[in-house]
Amino acid sequence: MKTLLVAVLALVVLGLIAIAPIVLVPVAKTSAQQLVASDFTQDGGKSEYLVRLADCAPCHTAEGRKPFAGGLAIPSPFGTIWSTNITPDRETGIGSYTLDDFRAVLYDGLRKDGAHLYPAMPYENYRKISENDVRALYHYFMNKVEPVSSPVRQTQLSFPFNQRWGIRAWNWFALNEARFKPRYNDLVLDRGAYIVETLGHCGACHSPRKFFLAQDGTDATAQGFLTGGEIDGWPVPSLRGPASAATKWSAEELRAFLATGRNNHSGVTGEMTPVVQDSLQYLTGKDLDAIVAYLRHISYAAEQPPARIDDRSKRTIALLNSADPSMDLGPRLYLDNCNGCHFTNGKGARGVFPELDGNPIVVARQSGGLIDVILKGARMPSTESRPMRLAMPAFGQRLSDKEIADLATFLRQSWSNNAGPVDKTAVAVRRQKLASH
Amino acid sequence: MATTAKKKDVVIVGLGWTGAIVGMELCEEGLEVLALERGDDRDTIPDFRYPNIADELKYGVRYAAMQKPRNSTLTIRRTIEETALPYRSLGSFLPGDGVGGAGVCWSGNSFRPMAEELRLRSYVVENFGQGIIPEGMTIQDWGVTYSELEPYFDRFEKVAGIAGKAGNINGKIVEDGNPFEAPRSGEYPMPPLPQTVDALMFAKAARSIGHHPYPLPSANASQTYTNPYGMQRGPCNFCGFCDRFGCFNYSKSSPQTCILDALKRKPNFEYRANSEVLRVELSPDRKTATGVTYLTAEGEEIIQPADLVILAAYQLHNVHLMLLSSIGKSYDPVSGEGVTGKNYAYQMTGGTSLFFKGIDFNPFVGAGSNGTVIDDFAINRIDFGAQGFIGGSYICAGTTNGQPIRSMRLPKGTHSWGGQWKQAIKEWYGHSMSIGSHGSNMSYSDSYMDLDPTYTDRYGRPLLRMTFNWKPNDIRMTQFMKNQIEPIAKSMNPDIMDSDYKSDGAMYDVRPYQTTHNVGGAIMGTDPNTSALNRYLQSWDVHNVFVMGANAFPQNIQYNPTGTVGALAYWSVAAIRKHYLPRPRPLI
Repeated sequence: MKTLLVAVLALVVLGLIAIAPIVLVPVAKTSAQQLVASDFTQDGGKSEYLVRLADCAPCHTAEGRKPFAGGLAIPSPFGTIWSTNITPDRETGIGSYTLDDFRAVLYDGLRKDGAHLYPAMPYENYRKISENDVRALYHYFMNKVEPVSSPVRQTQLSFPFNQRWGIRAWNWFALNEARFKPRYNDLVLDRGAYIVETLGHCGACHSPRKFFLAQDGTDATAQGFLTGGEIDGWPVPSLRGPASAATKWSAEELRAFLATGRNNHSGVTGEMTPVVQDSLQYLTGKDLDAIVAYLRHISYAAEQPPARIDDRSKRTIALLNSADPSMDLGPRLYLDNCNGCHFTNGKGARGVFPELDGNPIVVARQSGGLIDVILKGARMPSTESRPMRLAMPAFGQRLSDKEIADLATFLRQSWSNNAGPVDKTAVAVRRQKLASH
Repeated sequence: MATTAKKKDVVIVGLGWTGAIVGMELCEEGLEVLALERGDDRDTIPDFRYPNIADELKYGVRYAAMQKPRNSTLTIRRTIEETALPYRSLGSFLPGDGVGGAGVCWSGNSFRPMAEELRLRSYVVENFGQGIIPEGMTIQDWGVTYSELEPYFDRFEKVAGIAGKAGNINGKIVEDGNPFEAPRSGEYPMPPLPQTVDALMFAKAARSIGHHPYPLPSANASQTYTNPYGMQRGPCNFCGFCDRFGCFNYSKSSPQTCILDALKRKPNFEYRANSEVLRVELSPDRKTATGVTYLTAEGEEIIQPADLVILAAYQLHNVHLMLLSSIGKSYDPVSGEGVTGKNYAYQMTGGTSLFFKGIDFNPFVGAGSNGTVIDDFAINRIDFGAQGFIGGSYICAGTTNGQPIRSMRLPKGTHSWGGQWKQAIKEWYGHSMSIGSHGSNMSYSDSYMDLDPTYTDRYGRPLLRMTFNWKPNDIRMTQFMKNQIEPIAKSMNPDIMDSDYKSDGAMYDVRPYQTTHNVGGAIMGTDPNTSALNRYLQSWDVHNVFVMGANAFPQNIQYNPTGTVGALAYWSVAAIRKHYLPRPRPLI
């Protein structure tokens, strides 16, 4: 008994000794990764462009608040994280941050007071931003943004996630080397990789999360990088592999989707909408081309796309065209509610109404995106060359949970689609969730 | 007590087709532009969403998308001896309401006028002599020619994305188009819609007796389309809810589908819905406007100063605002003096219904501007001297909808209720079609608009008064069309055939729907003594007021007016940009 007590005590002491440095030893900030002249400045619109590329605004601007004044609620599996005020206000913003403090936020997820940020801030990706760009971003936030004195709600997660020192251990595990290394010996591909892997932080959503929710790699050398994720029950499509947009779409279509939120196959929806609206539509043609070239380069395009299941497609089209009143509820609901825009071939209308046949939101393992779109509709963002905010109406008022489940199941199993059925309880859960938002 | 708002460069009254066009073009100049729209703000989703919009009772019968007479109406009389009475129930014409205006609920027929129609008086005098113009007919030339307007027709058709088939490209006649049309600089932006069976039957019959059928130029998209502003449309699915409805499918051209989202992106553009303009404010010398006064939804009176005032409301309201603001001298039908209110005109229509026991027309498959047209009896095809009238029509067949309340066409003499009515519905629903004549209407010295001496609106302003009646010239025209249509109809061998055309002695009746093609009242022309606006739609008297819309037509064309209204707006705003803004002044 005594021996056991001693053993337990010893273990506790050892544990505390192990944790102590995590809690007590000051964290070292990652220093600048490139030598840059001390009087380096960058502007002429360049710094604003970089802020667009890094897409800071959507998370750091809540509805009804000034730009970058924070206060947006970001749901996480552990509770709500509130985005911070990053205007140069000295009290409530980042006005007192030095360049080194600012870099530590981007590279190490460290606040000026030494506290760790939750990785909702994508420092896993931002830590590879070049020193030139770090300085430009710093210049922008310090000099081009209007200071807004506006405290935001403190993020208060429940135990153990409120112990921010735990993030330090997570950082040891999750963080890759700071500094972006060009690896293609090709200016276009390396530029594309730099945007996607660092400023664009595409991996934050498009890469799967492995152990402890770290991104599965932060550059294209990792097999899992950009192979799809999940947000709030929505699928985040894979950008690599035979079924991915980067493989199936032409360069021109990929570019159109990024710049305008729509192309001949699809329209942007869900969390990607603000990315197009606030960031991608402002990109230069050169940068868009670089992103597209890079995504196509890493897409494993050598693999052949799966053969179209032509007979199944024909069967679906024949069933719908028959307009037979005795058909099942799913296809009948499709004719009554969807067919006017998406047509019996499920192809929609080029550039205007998205394809349902092969649509990643429709056929993903996670059905939350599909159900949400049927329940509450969707709206494309307004962009410079495609200003129209094309929308699909909500069907939540019109269709019951059972009807939506049958319709969604029909969509997932028609034409060349071959995904699992949707259950009415899944619809009820999504409906409840939308109502509580 | 009115508050004075911050001055704008431009204030636009009304945000329909012309307000949106002018807003877009003047924002390009970097001007601060404010549009005031008295109705509600509206967008495709949620306001026209499926299935709510496909409600025939609400929109087709009870006119949910139209102006409410209790908020805004006019008085109407047929002769100057009568006392005008308020138009308390909508019937004959249906002014649209809210952002997008009537551009939301139109059917989508989008024509260009014939070159001859724009210089009608000269055409008649040159070809048939002054003597054939009846006493009291006040037709005029427009002051702008077709060839001057051609680039602006082209522009409007590209923005609105019109589907059709050209018949005359730069003087070369093209098969399957309208060979009698004025030369176009190019093909329509979209190919024509597929045609319904009635349109195909009419085309065949017309062609076999030597006429020249062509597809009705349509604002219903035949395919996906992106216009010069980057605005997009989806293909029409022939749902049959066009005329009187907003389009849920992004298929019908409207300010919403063609302009507004692009305009709303402009940082120098602002619009305020539920803001009703009461009058245009003039400077003490009355040579310029200083802005407008409007009421907010809360009833607050706001003075909105502006350097340029664009009247872009519906024809009736533009004329009303000009009369209320004393822009131009009010027209007097006795002396013939004055210009504001002069030459109100309408549209002369008629039709023949054909019933076929053995043909299923599937009328639920329809589009607002689906159909086949012939122009063989149009204005430049008729010997006015020989026929004894001035005017013409286009003749058309096609299914626009199969809505059960409005589209239960039944043979004449059928009971309108009870068992026999039900029996007839059972027998004839889906078994009929019609061939329609859509014709010109000339202007006359005693068809005009002024301020009503008796009735006032809810703000105490005198109502607009319309004085209008049908005239023998136009009745002869429509009877002529009856004589052309009936042989075509007969050749199609219907079981029953009924004609409905106005005949001698017909008086204007405001109850049945005819068309919302009210024109004139603030007409364009070459002489300040006979027109309210110069050829650029600029007020002759108040040079910083430009007036868009069908009020500028000196008499009505034989076609639906929207295409011409759109082209005139582009023509006018081009002159504003090129000639007026550099040096504001009377342009002529």
